[in-house]
Amino acid sequence: MKRVQFADPLMPYMLLLPQLLIVGIFFIWPAAEAVRSSFYLEDPFGFGSTFVGFDNFTDALTSSDYASTARFTLVFTALTTFFSLSIALLLAVKADSVIRGASTYRTLLMWVYAIAPPVAGLIGVMLFDQHIGPLKEFAGLLGWDMQIGVNYFDTAFCMIVIAVWKQVPINFIFFLSGLQSVPKSIQEAAAIDCRSGARRFWTVTFPLLAPTGFFLLIINITYALFETFGIIDLVLKGEPGNNPITLVYKVFLDGFRGNDLGGSSAQSVILMLLVFVLTIVQFRLIERRVHYN
Amino acid sequence: MKREHITDHLILILGAVFMIAPVIVAFMTSTHDAVSVYRNGLQMTWGGHFSDTYSAVLTEAGGFTKEVTGFTMLKNSMILGLGFAIGKIIISMLAAYAIVYFRFPLASFCFWVIFATLLLPLEVRILPSYEIVQGLGMMNSYSGLIVPLIASATGTFYFRQFFKSVPDELVEAARIDGAGPIKFFIDILVPLSKTMIAAIFIIMFVYGWNQYLWPTLITTDETFFTLVRGMRQILQVWIGAQIPETNQAMALAVLAMLPPVIVVIVFQSWFVKGLVESEK
Repeated sequence: MKRVQFADPLMPYMLLLPQLLIVGIFFIWPAAEAVRSSFYLEDPFGFGSTFVGFDNFTDALTSSDYASTARFTLVFTALTTFFSLSIALLLAVKADSVIRGASTYRTLLMWVYAIAPPVAGLIGVMLFDQHIGPLKEFAGLLGWDMQIGVNYFDTAFCMIVIAVWKQVPINFIFFLSGLQSVPKSIQEAAAIDCRSGARRFWTVTFPLLAPTGFFLLIINITYALFETFGIIDLVLKGEPGNNPITLVYKVFLDGFRGNDLGGSSAQSVILMLLVFVLTIVQFRLIERRVHYN
Repeated sequence: MKREHITDHLILILGAVFMIAPVIVAFMTSTHDAVSVYRNGLQMTWGGHFSDTYSAVLTEAGGFTKEVTGFTMLKNSMILGLGFAIGKIIISMLAAYAIVYFRFPLASFCFWVIFATLLLPLEVRILPSYEIVQGLGMMNSYSGLIVPLIASATGTFYFRQFFKSVPDELVEAARIDGAGPIKFFIDILVPLSKTMIAAIFIIMFVYGWNQYLWPTLITTDETFFTLVRGMRQILQVWIGAQIPETNQAMALAVLAMLPPVIVVIVFQSWFVKGLVESEK
């Protein structure tokens, strides 16, 4: 903290009061409530609840439904993260190396950041539509009869394409700023030592970008797990049926449609633990990043 | 040092097309009429029905939602975006000020309580949050929409980082001159933070405007719908219609992205700086 500080018996508490009130009511209370209700079985007609210990957790973790959702979430997260990171890295490296039009490219490649996931979802659904979608037509030319919302694989494909499209810009912004902070002297030294641009990239630039990459990895995993809700909801058109869904979407479905309060809370708590681990890894990485500089 | 390669430009142009094409298609389709889109699919050329489509979605209640016009949804989105950004900045600046500049017994406790919120996104505690807001009678209200979203401490975290980088000499000088904590905050710290405030404002405005899950749960009354929250209804009506008004659906999608996109493009350098700096 600061070497010099104000000492006032009341003022700091008054300054903190609004934040603490909001955090208390809208964060700590619901989080505690989620943990509490994950141990109870709620009567669907509202006649009280019974303590059931870890039953909700074992029910969730052993159900085949949950297992297939978890498997899809894993694949979805891995593919979305991989493609949005690699496309963004390629574009950032190219945007860093050109001189003419550099700032135009930068603007064109980053502005999609501002589009909300469900808006991206709506446009994506229309582009892949059975009757009017040009992408569905294009896939047809290649002999792929794409059926979004009917075929499991096609639906998953559509979700991943939209999720990647939406996520490339933020990765691009971070990679580009990472590249621009690589010292000129290092780049010049590397250029003298090694003629091959590709080799120079993998042996010099790529390792220097690693801290940014690790940091983005966490950001992307969190994005794929949570923020893609809007995309998935729009692609499914509110009809999950046999279509792929992610774990967060399942929490929402079981809690709000299925009225399974305990089960939904148990799933929330599992996700909380997952996020908790991710955040700790993230903080560790940020410390490391500061170390690098 | 640098040499221009034609392949570099090709890759960048391809990338730019990949990012822009979907939005161009959405916009061009919105300038056609419903029947021609139904017959010929999505459009990539100008259709000449721009003013028809947009005046219909902005002013006519009906078409998609029967109760609410596009203009009302635009207004609600604006209230959510601005309310969230302003509320978050005020609350988190005050909290960060207390944490960085005051010595008091419960300081580290308050710090941990606030920063614990960074650990859990709203999505994982969504059901109990919904029940609490419902219990407080805040359903279908702007406060129910905005205030619970402010609970995460991202803003406080950014301001804390920034305040810590402000030189200590300023406080010393202020104290020697007899300025109290309130005067120091208003006359010195706030003006110093201007760029930081602008950057955070942009990021938070876009974040608030783009909220989906929370507004979906909290607003069931269509007069409180934001554009982004309306996407779900727009799609439902679109599926149910005989001749779906794809042009109008696309027009609302364009309206839903326009303000945040403009803000991000116009204030690009602040926005990028805020985003990259604040994550450090």
